[in-house]
Amino acid sequence: MKAKIYVTLKPSVLDPQGKAIHHAVETIGYHGIKDVRQGKYFEVTIEDSFSPEEARAEIERMARDVLANPIIEDFRVELDSDS
Amino acid sequence: MSEPLVTTELIRSHGLTGDEYGRIVQLLGREPNYTELGIFSVMWSEHCSYKSSRVHLRRLPTTGDCVLQGPGENAGVVDIGGGLAAAFKIESHNHPSFIEPYQGAATGIGGILRDVFTMGARPLAAMNSLHFGPLSAGDDASAEERATVARNRSIMAGVVKGIGDYGNAFGVPTIGGEVRFAECYSRNPLVNAFTLGLMRTEHILYGRATGVGNPVIYVGAKTGRDGIHGATMASEEFGEEAGSKRPTVQVGDPFLEKLLLEACLEAMRAGAIVGIQDMGAAGLTSSSCEMGSRAGNGVEIDIDLVPQREAGMTPYEIMLSESQERMLIVAVKGREREVVDIFKKWELDAVVIGRVTGDDHLRVKKNGAIVADISNKALTDAAPVYDRAIKRPERGPLTEVTQVESSLEEVDATFMRIVAQPAIAAKEWVYRQYDHMVRTNTVVLPGSDAAVIRIKEKRRLLAMTLDSNARYCRVDPRAGARLVVAEACRNLVASGARPLALTNCLNFASPERPEVMWQFSEVIDGMAEACEVFGTPVTGGNVSFYNETEGRGIDPTPVIGMVGLVEESRHITTQWFKAEDRAIVLLGFTADDLGASCYALEMLGVADGRVPQLDLALERRVQEACLKIIQAGLVESAHDCSDGGLAVAIAESCFSSYRRDVIGCEVDLEGQLSAAALLFSETPSRIVLSALEGNINQILQLAREHEVAASVIGRTRGERLVINVNGERAIDHPVAEVESAWRIVLPRLLEIPSLVAAEEK
Amino acid sequence: MKFGVVMFPGSNCDHDTYHVISKVIGQPVDFIWHRQSAVADCDAVILPGGFSYGDYLRTGAIARFSPVMGAVKEFASRGGLVMGICNGFQILCEAGLLPGALLRNKNLKFICDHVNIRVEATDTPFTNRCQRNQVLSVPIAHGDGNYFCDEQTLAELQRENRILFRYSDADGRITAEANPNGSLDNIAGICNRERNVLGMMPHPERASEQQLGSSDGRIIFYSVADTLAELAKAS
Repeated sequence: MKAKIYVTLKPSVLDPQGKAIHHAVETIGYHGIKDVRQGKYFEVTIEDSFSPEEARAEIERMARDVLANPIIEDFRVELDSDS
Repeated sequence: MSEPLVTTELIRSHGLTGDEYGRIVQLLGREPNYTELGIFSVMWSEHCSYKSSRVHLRRLPTTGDCVLQGPGENAGVVDIGGGLAAAFKIESHNHPSFIEPYQGAATGIGGILRDVFTMGARPLAAMNSLHFGPLSAGDDASAEERATVARNRSIMAGVVKGIGDYGNAFGVPTIGGEVRFAECYSRNPLVNAFTLGLMRTEHILYGRATGVGNPVIYVGAKTGRDGIHGATMASEEFGEEAGSKRPTVQVGDPFLEKLLLEACLEAMRAGAIVGIQDMGAAGLTSSSCEMGSRAGNGVEIDIDLVPQREAGMTPYEIMLSESQERMLIVAVKGREREVVDIFKKWELDAVVIGRVTGDDHLRVKKNGAIVADISNKALTDAAPVYDRAIKRPERGPLTEVTQVESSLEEVDATFMRIVAQPAIAAKEWVYRQYDHMVRTNTVVLPGSDAAVIRIKEKRRLLAMTLDSNARYCRVDPRAGARLVVAEACRNLVASGARPLALTNCLNFASPERPEVMWQFSEVIDGMAEACEVFGTPVTGGNVSFYNETEGRGIDPTPVIGMVGLVEESRHITTQWFKAEDRAIVLLGFTADDLGASCYALEMLGVADGRVPQLDLALERRVQEACLKIIQAGLVESAHDCSDGGLAVAIAESCFSSYRRDVIGCEVDLEGQLSAAALLFSETPSRIVLSALEGNINQILQLAREHEVAASVIGRTRGERLVINVNGERAIDHPVAEVESAWRIVLPRLLEIPSLVAAEEK
Repeated sequence: MKFGVVMFPGSNCDHDTYHVISKVIGQPVDFIWHRQSAVADCDAVILPGGFSYGDYLRTGAIARFSPVMGAVKEFASRGGLVMGICNGFQILCEAGLLPGALLRNKNLKFICDHVNIRVEATDTPFTNRCQRNQVLSVPIAHGDGNYFCDEQTLAELQRENRILFRYSDADGRITAEANPNGSLDNIAGICNRERNVLGMMPHPERASEQQLGSSDGRIIFYSVADTLAELAKAS
């Protein structure tokens, strides 16, 4: 089973990289881009012996404790079986 | 699994000529299999075999009292006294940096760091010489020219970030270097990385597989398919398809490298290692056969034991992979466990993958069967050596750039333009991204003539500099090489150091063109001549050919990395004036040397002309006098005169530095020469000094004793930079104004405009 | 008295810090390996600069799980002096010993430069030798030094006088130009509520010898040494 974890800066935290990318794509000539926020993406492979519920619980714990810093970041987990 | 048949097409695609293939068959006594063909192709590539350069490199002086290890090892080593030795080397990573600037530069740093710590030395300082295409285009530039400029900027930004991210995380201070620009580097950027490390002389370790029966241990990252054929890539010109070569780019891991350093040094100090080599270009192949060849032994490798990152890799791929951060170690038999445990402490794997054998063969086994069996000597010493055709290029007479007359208004405007030339402008934008202070040894930070690091708890210090000047070398490669060596020495001397030895990185276009080989040969002769005069042997380095894209090659660009010794810290001298009311002394004299100068290029649009005349004997006397003057404690500042001439040297001496405000001056230049020549002539053998009035007689006396011209040309005072020529005011600006024009250049050209916008919001 | 300098895989200012404590400040010092689960007999623990575990996930994010960090937390809760410099500051934030987080520098670049910091509070073991508003010239070298916390935390830090250093100009003015990395309120260093844990981005160990340009930073180590000496006298 595979899990996808998206980590993004909280909306209240300034994202200079996102701003720089936003400005750059505007300069290059892409139109209608209102905002860009960048973040991190993880692909995690989980032992097949785990049930989807167990897998989700374990991944969410890992995301909360390690992959994201709750002071500045939010995260979202997608399990392959979700799709 | 069936391997491809060795066909004419396959041989050609491996970069081997028909003659070379014939020689392989002769050496083997049979046709090579696919794996063996791959092994030969990387070992006989220009990058590994130096086949086009070897005959010429022999003419360089490589021995001297201080040299403990000359060319041929992973790095050169010099004795610096007190039981200590310095290992240093420069290497190019030009081609990978063009394909992927960030990773190309980063892995270049990784490679040169490994070259130095495999000698047993802890890396203490890094520098780099960078050449890029122009960062700006004229208002009337075509869309294509604009695109080129945009790409040059992004290459430079990527390279600088790659160097910083790798060196900073590894923990080596990047303490200086040079950045230069010219059209020919637009598609052929040069990234030459230098590292210096320190060790006790008894700790020197060599890349030799000694002791039959000793285990061969693989340490570091697992082997993947990255960088297969990197060594042959570095030996080919780029064509349109360069972009499609992207998959061979390696990715660096500075954290792993830091652990490797600590683990290797610990295992070395424990005495458990007899030989070690980085798996750099040509990876496992070059490290095993070169270590075997140097020791006159064989190396047997069981390919199944090599740690692999990807499934289903063939012996060909494993032998040719250029995955980064890997080392091959030959350990003392019976002490395998100890080595493995030390690496485990640093959370690294160490795996015995083979052993040293008594014959001279590189033997690779898979599932017990032999998949490659080649004499090490065939791969190394018996590699082809070419005495390639040499032809002096035909060209018309050089442009006359003498007695150039210009009005004083023009001279002033020219001065401001030259100061804002990217090559001369402040390089803070670059070195602020490098941690230049980690390890707390950097005594002279980037920005002065040479960087100086201390050796903790020792009296002596080390000074180092990287120098090149393709502007001169393209007009006259022999004279250009002499000038570059002279300038490197002068930079050290002006910093208070005695030059010891050098490493060189020789960047050229295709050696298959006789005109390029002529340039190469001339550069070697010029360099050899200058090295003899200054007593600075070459302890090794690197040749980078094929810096050429779609038939357009770079100007000959030999880069010198010179290392010197400062006897005690009170001798350290920086370029900046220290106080007002000091006399400014010019050591040496100015001649009409505007040919091939910054001035000729910037003002007259002339890229040629006779290069500055260098009298090596005079240069040596100037340097000896300068060092004596410095060691006698007579001066407060010393600055080499080079790009942009005396006017630029004086301005740079006025600029502010850490905890020191700008210091103005009034200088009077007099003579028969034109104002342009007096100000911008690039006559070598000149050093600008500043000193207390009371020391002037002694300084002039020491100059006389060395038969060197010296004169007081002005005083430091106020906050304006004033230079008069034959009694008339030629340059007059607040120093702060000149300085800000000089500082703003690179940030303005390289900052993403959005950042400014983001900050404003 | 004894100092301890923690070595994480990827620490690279460990030897620099050790050198200053032993050779400049002249106090006993030991390295503490990251796998140790005790800080032994150390009276002050320093988490040095570097790139622990490569800082690939987030700066300090992995180091906080090292066995030694349990011991450091326990040591701090007993009132032991803990000082995090640069990466050490990042680790202390990740470990929850200090509030907030260190974001990417506002200009998105690694910055190595001399900066000025103003001492904001002198009633701590780390600054008791300083004068209030004293300006120190100390280098920074980081890519992620942009201090961030929520408004409530910032108000708390201000109210409790826990901001110990702020980026300033040479005359001690707190200006936007003097802020190298975009830190909230020009924050360069803070302490915990109990005032025994310090985190700072600038490197005082790089400004402890005049030969390197500035010796302003050693006052911080001297303050710690003074504090420890007094504690030893009192016990």
